[in-house]
Amino acid sequence: MRLTAFQDGFSAALLGHAPLAPWVSALEAQPGFAVYRNTVLKGCIDALQASYPTVCQLVGEDWFRAAAAAHVCAQPPRDGLLMEYGAAFAGFLAGFAPAAGLPYLPAVARLDRCWTECHLAADATAVGRAWLARQAPATLPLARLRPHPAARWAWCDEHPAYALWRSHREGLALPGSLDWSGDGALLTRPHAQVTWHPLPRAGVAFLNACAKSQTLEAAATQALAADPAADFAALMGTLLDAGALIPTMPAQAKESP
Amino acid sequence: MALPTAGLGLKPQHYDEALRCTAPGLWWEVHPENYLADGGPRLAWLEAIRARHPVALHGVSLSLAADAPPDAAHLARLAALARRVEPVLVSEHLAWSTWRGQYLPDLLPFPRTHAALHRIAGNIARTQDVLQRPIAIENPTHYLHIDGHDWAETGFLAELVRRTGCGLLLDVNNVHVSANNLGFSAQAYLDAFPLHAVAEIHLAGHHADPVLGNALLIDSHDAPIAPAVWALYEQVIARTGPVPTLIERDDHLPAFSELLAERDQAHRALTAAQPEEAACG
Repeated sequence: MRLTAFQDGFSAALLGHAPLAPWVSALEAQPGFAVYRNTVLKGCIDALQASYPTVCQLVGEDWFRAAAAAHVCAQPPRDGLLMEYGAAFAGFLAGFAPAAGLPYLPAVARLDRCWTECHLAADATAVGRAWLARQAPATLPLARLRPHPAARWAWCDEHPAYALWRSHREGLALPGSLDWSGDGALLTRPHAQVTWHPLPRAGVAFLNACAKSQTLEAAATQALAADPAADFAALMGTLLDAGALIPTMPAQAKESP
Repeated sequence: MALPTAGLGLKPQHYDEALRCTAPGLWWEVHPENYLADGGPRLAWLEAIRARHPVALHGVSLSLAADAPPDAAHLARLAALARRVEPVLVSEHLAWSTWRGQYLPDLLPFPRTHAALHRIAGNIARTQDVLQRPIAIENPTHYLHIDGHDWAETGFLAELVRRTGCGLLLDVNNVHVSANNLGFSAQAYLDAFPLHAVAEIHLAGHHADPVLGNALLIDSHDAPIAPAVWALYEQVIARTGPVPTLIERDDHLPAFSELLAERDQAHRALTAAQPEEAACG
C-alpha cells in the first residue's frame, strides 16, 4: 500500500471518521488501535487544560475536558507546537451550547490565552519612567512607543472577567461585593515571569493606538475619548512600571531626506 | 564537564532541583517543541540548565515517516534552537504525527515498504542538511499488527543508517512493550538491532491496559522502569559498552530524588560496562 493511502485512512480513523476501506476497519478492530486514539485525544486535551487553567478551575475538570474534547474534534491542532494550540478556544466556548449559562467564560478564556501568548513572546527591553523624564516637553507629543512584544491587554464590556480571572489565578476568594460590570486587564513580562494589572478603558484605547504606531499625543487623545475622566499621568505610570512599552525605531529615520 | 552517562527528561516541576543537581555524568533531555518560543522564561530556563549540563533535543513532531517532507518552518525553528542550545544530540522517531495540516500527537505506525524507506531516508537527509548535523532515530512502540511490511524494523533502521549516516536511539522499553504486544522475541529483536549505530538509549516505565491486562502494554512513561527492561538494558550495554542513557518519566511524576535514584542505577550500570582499557585509566 502507498504510504499516502495508509496515512489518509489511518488519520481519518483516528479522528473518528467512518472507515474508508476494509483494511482500516481491520486495524480499528484490533484492541491496540484505541491506544493511538486515546493518546491523540489526551494529548490535545492536556494541551488545552495546560493553557486554560482558569477556565478549568471555573468549570471543573470533568466539564472542561468534555468541552475540550468537543473543541479538539472541531479544530484539531495544526502543528506540533501544542503549547500554542487553542487560540480559537475562547471563540469556541462562546458558541458552545452547554456554556450558555456561563456567559463570562469566553472572556476569562481570552485572559488565559493572553497569559500563554505573554509567556511565549519575544524578549525586549521596556522603557521606564526614566525614559519619560528624559523627553523634552516640546517633542514628547510626537514621540511614539510600541507595545512590548509580550504585552497583552483585553477589555470585557459585560462581565468583570479580569476580577474573576485574577482571583482564580491568585487563589483568592472572590470579593464578597464583586461589582458586576466590565473590566480590563494588562499582562506583561517585565522580568522573567508574567504579571498582570487592572487596565482601565482609557488604557486599552491608548495601547490600541500605540499598536497602530500612533504618536503619544494621538494615543492620549484616544485614551481621553474612551474615558474623558481618565487620569492620564497615572495611566502612563502604570504602563511604564508594568513594562508594557518599548521604543520605536529612531524617529529621525523618517525625517531624513 | 564529565562525559554524559545517565540523564533525565527535564520537567518544569523539577527545574530548581535540576539546576542544582551535580550527579556525575548527569545530562538532560527536552522535547524541543516545548521550547520553540520566541523568548521568555522557558528559553531562559533551558539556557541556564545548558550552562551546567549537556542537553539533548528529542523531537516528537517532525513526522519523518509521513509521506511528505518535514515542515520547513518547523525545521528552521528547530535549527535555530539547536544553534542556541548546542545540544549533544538531536533525535526523532521512526513515526509520523502530522498529516495534511493536522497534528495527531502520537507516534504513529506505518507499513515499512521500500517506498516508505525511500521517503523517510529523504526526510532524514533533509533534516540533517538543515540542522547541519546527524540525528538519531528512535524505534517506536507498537500496538498494531500491520500488513504489508517489506522490511523488519531492525533491517529498516540499519538501512536508514546506511543511506543517511543517521544514528539510532534504542528505546529498550519500546522493544519490550512492542515484543509483548505483537508477540515477538525482544531478545531476537535486539540481536538483530544495528547496535553499532546506537548513539543513545532510552529507558521508561509502562503499564498494562486496564481492560486487557498484560496482553496490551502501554508505553506510558508514568512508572518506574520494569525489571525485565533493566535486564534487557544490561544485556545491551554489555555488548555496546557505555552509551548515554536517558530515563523518561512524563506522567505521575515522583519526587526528584526518586527519579535521580533510577538515574543512578543506570549510571552505575554504565560505569560497570566501561570497556577494559577505559576502566584502567
